[in-house]
Amino acid sequence: MLQDAFRGGRKYWVLLGIWGALVVVGLAAYGRQLSEGLHITGMSQDVTWGLYISQFTFLVGVAASAVMVVLPYYLHNYKAFGRMVILGEGLAVSAVLMCALFILVDMGQPMRVMNVFLHPSPNSLMFWDTQVLFGYLLLNLVIGVMTFEAERKGAPPPRWVKPLIYLSIPWAISIHTVTAFLYSGLEARTFWMTAILAPRFLASAFASGPSLLILLALILRRFTRFDPGWEAIQKLATIVAYAMVVNLFFVLVELFTGIYSDMPHHLHAFEYLFVGLEGHSALVPWMWIGAVLTTVTVVCLLIPSVRRQERLLAPLCAAVILAIWIEKGLAMVVTGFIPSPLGQITEYAPTAPEIAISVGVYALGFFVLTVLYKVVVNVRERLEAT
Amino acid sequence: MSDRTKVLIAVVVVLVLAAFPTWQALGAAGEAGRPDLEMPENETQCVEDTEFMTARHMELLNQWRNAVVREGDTEYTSTSGETYTMSLTGTCMDCHNNRETFCQRCHDYADVAPRCWDCHVEPGGGER
Amino acid sequence: MSEDRRTFLKEAGCAVLGLGCGLPFVRGALAITQHGSEEEAQSSSQWAMVVDLEKCLNDEVRAVSAAACHREHNVPDIPDPDDEIDWIWDEKYQDVFPDQVHEHSPAEMREMPVLVLCNHCTNPPCVRVCPTKATWKRESDGIVMMDQHRCIGCRYCMAACPYGSRSFNWRDPRAFIQRDDNGEMPSDFPTRTKGVVEKCNFCAERLREGKQPACVEAVHAVAGGEGALTFGNLADPDSEVNRILGEKHTISRRVSLGTGPNVFYVV
Repeated sequence: MLQDAFRGGRKYWVLLGIWGALVVVGLAAYGRQLSEGLHITGMSQDVTWGLYISQFTFLVGVAASAVMVVLPYYLHNYKAFGRMVILGEGLAVSAVLMCALFILVDMGQPMRVMNVFLHPSPNSLMFWDTQVLFGYLLLNLVIGVMTFEAERKGAPPPRWVKPLIYLSIPWAISIHTVTAFLYSGLEARTFWMTAILAPRFLASAFASGPSLLILLALILRRFTRFDPGWEAIQKLATIVAYAMVVNLFFVLVELFTGIYSDMPHHLHAFEYLFVGLEGHSALVPWMWIGAVLTTVTVVCLLIPSVRRQERLLAPLCAAVILAIWIEKGLAMVVTGFIPSPLGQITEYAPTAPEIAISVGVYALGFFVLTVLYKVVVNVRERLEAT
Repeated sequence: MSDRTKVLIAVVVVLVLAAFPTWQALGAAGEAGRPDLEMPENETQCVEDTEFMTARHMELLNQWRNAVVREGDTEYTSTSGETYTMSLTGTCMDCHNNRETFCQRCHDYADVAPRCWDCHVEPGGGER
Repeated sequence: MSEDRRTFLKEAGCAVLGLGCGLPFVRGALAITQHGSEEEAQSSSQWAMVVDLEKCLNDEVRAVSAAACHREHNVPDIPDPDDEIDWIWDEKYQDVFPDQVHEHSPAEMREMPVLVLCNHCTNPPCVRVCPTKATWKRESDGIVMMDQHRCIGCRYCMAACPYGSRSFNWRDPRAFIQRDDNGEMPSDFPTRTKGVVEKCNFCAERLREGKQPACVEAVHAVAGGEGALTFGNLADPDSEVNRILGEKHTISRRVSLGTGPNVFYVV
């Protein structure tokens, strides 16, 4: 099966080359960050988490979304997802890898990362996040390899894989809940300290993850002979539609609490995001773009005749991913720090090295994803040929 | 070329590469030798004996670090019964006050680069 | 390979994997049973600071306290406010005590400079979130300490602190430490390195020698500075801090959050 990673045409190698080149750029920037310190990023004493942690947050959601394929297929025997599941698991593995890398590049002393394991601190949500993410990575690797191997051999997987699959379902929910708890338990940050943060994270995860999966499935359909099936893609699109509705509802619920109560504490962050606060409005255009994208995608995806058109589905999914990315990957983390505990507003914008490192991490994740999917495609093609 | 020959050549290449540190330094053997350490002038007795310190000073320092930072202790009783204040700058470097001619020489010889002096200063606020 | 050997190898692999993954949980469970919750540990003593707001209106008092602290601890002087590191500094009253000001509060009260520092809380959220216990509340004296050897620079503690007391080393601080006239660093206290978080440590290294914190000692040498800062042990009923807390009207920062700050301000 591993040899299949090396069997590919020109497009495959060119794609890997592109990812590889971006990784090298990221590595060069990271080398500079290691020697000069994190001041080369846009973060500051007031905004201590930025692009890296926000990408981590977005990607944990993408990783968790694999449950949206696993649950119907394994728990409810929804056969249409038969060829989608392996794609979901591959995406989960790649996403968790990127999460780990984003945490690593954000650390001031990455060489000491083992301290988290050498000095376990169950009081810290970050400790638990490392545990559940690592566990999730292992789960998906083992399940993915065992089930795909079994399919290749044409025999059912060993019996012990089933309980692992059942375990991966609540585990997927847990990784994003724990990540939400990282933020929602901090009394210092009123923007984050809301009980609805965990449900919001999950809803947006179940919109963005399957959207990405749909896009990847459509790409595979276009460039290879691997077809996860139109019914599977449609079912995912329906899931995305309802997840977006729920996500929108959660956002509106939060807005209501802030706006109706008129409490500065609850209002400040939303003011900053949508209209600007004390002259600071860097995120305002992004938020309105996100609002438009959310509304358009919710409406369009709910209309079956629109959802069923492949040429509309692809841009709609891209729009969903962008909308959620703006919400989680741009707005959520930085706004927690505005205003600061001492009432100051320090805005944040990522610097070029910071973006280069982030692009490098994404490239590495997509490199792994490309290799995993190539193996799946090659094996499937051989199976179909026989 | 048969498969067997290819494998044999590959094994030989790997072995040669793996042994690089050994054969690369063969010519330089004469230069290395034991490092010439500048000992403190006024003291002949360190916290522990020379053999212990050479092999285990890092262990001792880590022990001191945990005791001082985490427990708030300051007194250390050596195996000979003497008490010392646990401090790299205050005790160790009180005698071994020249990092370059003492600490650095052995570290260079052993090719280790401890990061103690990224933070810890030499007595008198000096740094080198 | 025979089936028995294969099964053995698979099981051995799983066992190693299980141990590798399970050990942190075991250690974590042991940690909980041995020490209990970090913030519930009753300190045998609790150091506290009382700041007299009126006496600290004196610019020299405030300047001297910050300078003494920063000199004592080799705190760098970084001009860029985004990277600036402070252990003790001043902020405006309206930002320090946002719940104490209202629409009709006079401007001079709002703008009043107030000395702020780490509050060494009784229930510190920074300790709660640290994934490596690089910061923890010392049981012996209640100081919220930093172990700079262990800090991984994740900055979670900075997100958790409701007071903005913590500073991260975004760059190597050494170039920014003001040298004395001999070109040496002002003190033997270890500087920090890039990538770790730092904050006021209540001068733990001076306390163990029986000295007062540097800021407290410095203000007493200034005219009008007597009593501007008082430092003492809350567990000692006869301490000066307890006397002031019992007699005067004092407030502390963001009480409703439940962090239990141990820095008090005489209004």
